[in-house]
Amino acid sequence: MSALVELKGLKRYFDTPKGKLHAVDDINMVFEEGTTMGVVGESGCGKSTLARTIIHLQQPTDGQILYKGEDITYPNRKQLRKLREEMQIIFQDPYSTLNPRYTVEDTLKEPLVLSGQYEKASLDKQITKLMDMIGISGRLRMAYPHELSGGRRQRVGIGRALAMNPKFIACDEPVASLDVSIQAQIINLLEDLQKDFGLTYMFVTHDLSVVRHISHNISVMYLGQLVETSPSKELFAKPLHPYTKALISAVPSTDIDAPRQRIRLKGELMSPINPKPGCRFAPRCPYATEACHQPQQLEEILPGHMVACCRARELNEDLLAKGQEGEGNV
Amino acid sequence: MNENMENRTEREEMPERRHGFHRGGKDRHGEGHDRHHGERHGEHREGHDRPHRGDKFLNVKNLWVEYTAGKRVVHAVNGISFSLRKGESLGVVGESGCGKSTIAKAILRILPDHGARIAGGEMWFKGKNLVDLSEAEMEKIRGAEISMIFQDPMTALNPVKRILDQVASVIRLHNEGMTKKASEAIAIDMLKTVGINEDRVREYPHQFSGGMQQRVEVAIGLSCHPDLLLADEPTTALDVTIQAQVLDLIHDLMEQRGTTLILITHNLGIVAEMCDHVAVVYGGEIVEYGTKREVFKNPSHPYTIGLFGAVPSMASDGERLKPVEGVMPDPSDLPAGCKFHTRCPYATEACKDGKVPVVDLGGTHRCQCHHIEEVRAKREKEAATV
Amino acid sequence: MTEEKTREAIDTGLRLRDDIALKKETNFKQMLKRLAKNKLAIAGGIVFLILCLVSIFAPLIAPYDYAAIDPVNKYMRPCAEHLFGTDQFGRDIFSRVIYGGRWSLTLGVASTLVSTLLGIVVGSIAGYFGGKVDMVIMRFIDIVQCIPGILLTICISVALGSGIVNTVIAMSFGGIWGTARMLRGQILLVRESEYVEAAKATNVSSFRTILKYVLPNSIQQTIIGACMGIGGTISAISGLSFLGLGVQPPLPEWGAMLNDGRNYLRYYPNMLIAPCIMIALTILSISLFGDGLRDAMDPRMKD
Repeated sequence: MSALVELKGLKRYFDTPKGKLHAVDDINMVFEEGTTMGVVGESGCGKSTLARTIIHLQQPTDGQILYKGEDITYPNRKQLRKLREEMQIIFQDPYSTLNPRYTVEDTLKEPLVLSGQYEKASLDKQITKLMDMIGISGRLRMAYPHELSGGRRQRVGIGRALAMNPKFIACDEPVASLDVSIQAQIINLLEDLQKDFGLTYMFVTHDLSVVRHISHNISVMYLGQLVETSPSKELFAKPLHPYTKALISAVPSTDIDAPRQRIRLKGELMSPINPKPGCRFAPRCPYATEACHQPQQLEEILPGHMVACCRARELNEDLLAKGQEGEGNV
Repeated sequence: MNENMENRTEREEMPERRHGFHRGGKDRHGEGHDRHHGERHGEHREGHDRPHRGDKFLNVKNLWVEYTAGKRVVHAVNGISFSLRKGESLGVVGESGCGKSTIAKAILRILPDHGARIAGGEMWFKGKNLVDLSEAEMEKIRGAEISMIFQDPMTALNPVKRILDQVASVIRLHNEGMTKKASEAIAIDMLKTVGINEDRVREYPHQFSGGMQQRVEVAIGLSCHPDLLLADEPTTALDVTIQAQVLDLIHDLMEQRGTTLILITHNLGIVAEMCDHVAVVYGGEIVEYGTKREVFKNPSHPYTIGLFGAVPSMASDGERLKPVEGVMPDPSDLPAGCKFHTRCPYATEACKDGKVPVVDLGGTHRCQCHHIEEVRAKREKEAATV
Repeated sequence: MTEEKTREAIDTGLRLRDDIALKKETNFKQMLKRLAKNKLAIAGGIVFLILCLVSIFAPLIAPYDYAAIDPVNKYMRPCAEHLFGTDQFGRDIFSRVIYGGRWSLTLGVASTLVSTLLGIVVGSIAGYFGGKVDMVIMRFIDIVQCIPGILLTICISVALGSGIVNTVIAMSFGGIWGTARMLRGQILLVRESEYVEAAKATNVSSFRTILKYVLPNSIQQTIIGACMGIGGTISAISGLSFLGLGVQPPLPEWGAMLNDGRNYLRYYPNMLIAPCIMIALTILSISLFGDGLRDAMDPRMKD
């Protein structure tokens, strides 16, 4: 497998009256072709900004974005047009993701026309094909968004992203505002599409059970920084960063026989405006020491499992020891 | 996670909260073990006569609610019955459009004036039938005895009043003679417990994110110390760690004051953590009802099974999800017979017409379905192969 | 927020309906159909049309010449010969209001149209592009709006002189900025929505985005505002006429007639009431029609 998209020290700052808001701060990430990278974090951690920066809806402040090994951080007009066809986005809110004045057909037709790949005669067929792919029945072709349920709108949003035949799709909380059974239908759809077209997903979400289900790898973000990245199952079996642990422990479990012991975090997020150097989780972290106020390095502690915590080794001796005995237990 | 960590992160100011907290164990120790504990706390509170534990605290009998929109009649709630004892908690599970929010609004009698009406049934609360009460009598009950946490925080917050003033004024409303300063101190404390820092309490609602507004609302709902708390998706807009804090807060209130809870949600995990009883609602009917153990261990309605199949499990290995296919039918145009038959894999001719019997499955467990035996056989077969 | 609410309400009503028919009509046809269903809007449209026709064919309808002075029959109350009576010079008020529509309607509609169109252009540029462009435009608008509107109009009128075209220029200049500011506010809301972002992500050009995504979803207030504005413009023109800058006597512009009638309100209210009725009819009919048009343009308003 090769890396489709690679981020190197990517930063996105916003100027605010109070100072620089570090929405995305020094992110390194690799998106392997044909896999899903889940990006988890709480609201305000910069995960949506990261997604928008990668697909160039936001300008990066610093750092590099590589696409198939090529530097595309600051593309020119022509490159950007091409990139937009290869990298697409699916949005969160099914109510605002579609133009209220566009029918399903209008929404799907526009990217097809703009891509210039289709002749007028074949457009109709292509739209039918797309609607089939996303599971929208032909009857709804002329329906306006307000006539569609949330799940169907989200399907149309997915169809719009697929229309250009992209390789990489950033999914920004695509199921967060849907009912559970619709959510599961959409997840199944996304999985099927990945299988059929070899798509690479960046799956941004705050829902840990969803991200565990759909992702091959998971990155955990906290206030603009990457705190831990690991293969998906291992992250849940051996969370190394205290924040990851707290996050996983906070998920309500449907298993009524095995209640989770919750790690309660105190305090609020610190402000992402002009943050102090060092671990940003330190003010809420029960293990914080002096050393945590120094800048943290992302360190590979287990194969493919990196964590940005200077105390990761000493705090997780038991977990790490288990890992050495045999990977099969994971 | 080690014990040490939990203790260290515990909020210092309320040490008693630590007690009896691992709620998952509740069922194993027999139902209602914690309830007695909660009742003890409740007795400290002076106030009007409260019913003894064991009385039916809230008893909803055959409730029907309709909305009229133009020529269409939306049957939102179709003959729902359930009862709760003091201090118990009920999780109402279902997807949007199933009428679960309407149940809560009907109990609080805050259905929209135009077009909505309680078409039948009784709602007994502390010996009074809420359906018959006058608006003035209801006003006394709202907030003080029954309060509600809404899903949409913007509707409940006054946009031109500072957050602190809003919370403090609610506290003063229910504690006559309290000084402004004292109520503000409590309000700040309350806001802190929902994760809002003191330096932000003097801001206005619009300066808050949706999640923070929701937390303010939870703070308001809880600071009334109601006997019955109706929570309509109280944590849907919140992050998991904040959600955990809010759920803890509601749980503490139940333990300390014996508050009865009706929690409306689509998240089965939250029900598992918070509730004693579960009602699965579809098309305005309770299709399955029972204790948490009965429903979670032995889901018998095809819809309940579909709901479980739609939630990615934290334990499973990336198997394909098995949700219910299709979408909810239009509540103004519900199918005859079993409301679920249009999406049900077990549906037969019998399901398409007539009343579906409610089958008693032992204990409090009941289920409204023709095909319980088949559903159960299939589920057991699947469980055996895994 | 309220829009969100109605949208949600409409949505819950319709979202789950499975029987959305396969529609083949164009958007424009659908819009006309929706408009046709709105009886009030149709009534408004018809009344406005009649007013226009009456003005156009005034010479055929009016019994007298609008400027014909008849010193014998001045201050007449409404009677069979003079439906609305006569004014201080003995001119037939009925004929004058019928002719008056020619100037009032033209000036009112033209000025509002020009100012609204320019306002839409300025507002969309400021709202959509934002940043420095927005800053410059908005500060300019602030400065212009500091000057009282009537003063500004007078200054321009004085500089350009009286006359129909000059009056239109003077009147519309003042109206641009309010429209621009209002539209910009609406656009700022729409611009943040995900569908505009989606347009950007699918290579839709800025111009097309404004035309197809931003404007249709933000312009409703502006249309209503413009319709209401016509009435205001008509009365503002009367102010200009009063100062000798707008339409010159003896042309029977409604505003000017209103001004004349003001002095005789106590004894001959008919001099005031006649142009009042015409102005009110105009404003009401345009408002009703505009309201209906706005609704018809929104596909969400279906039933």
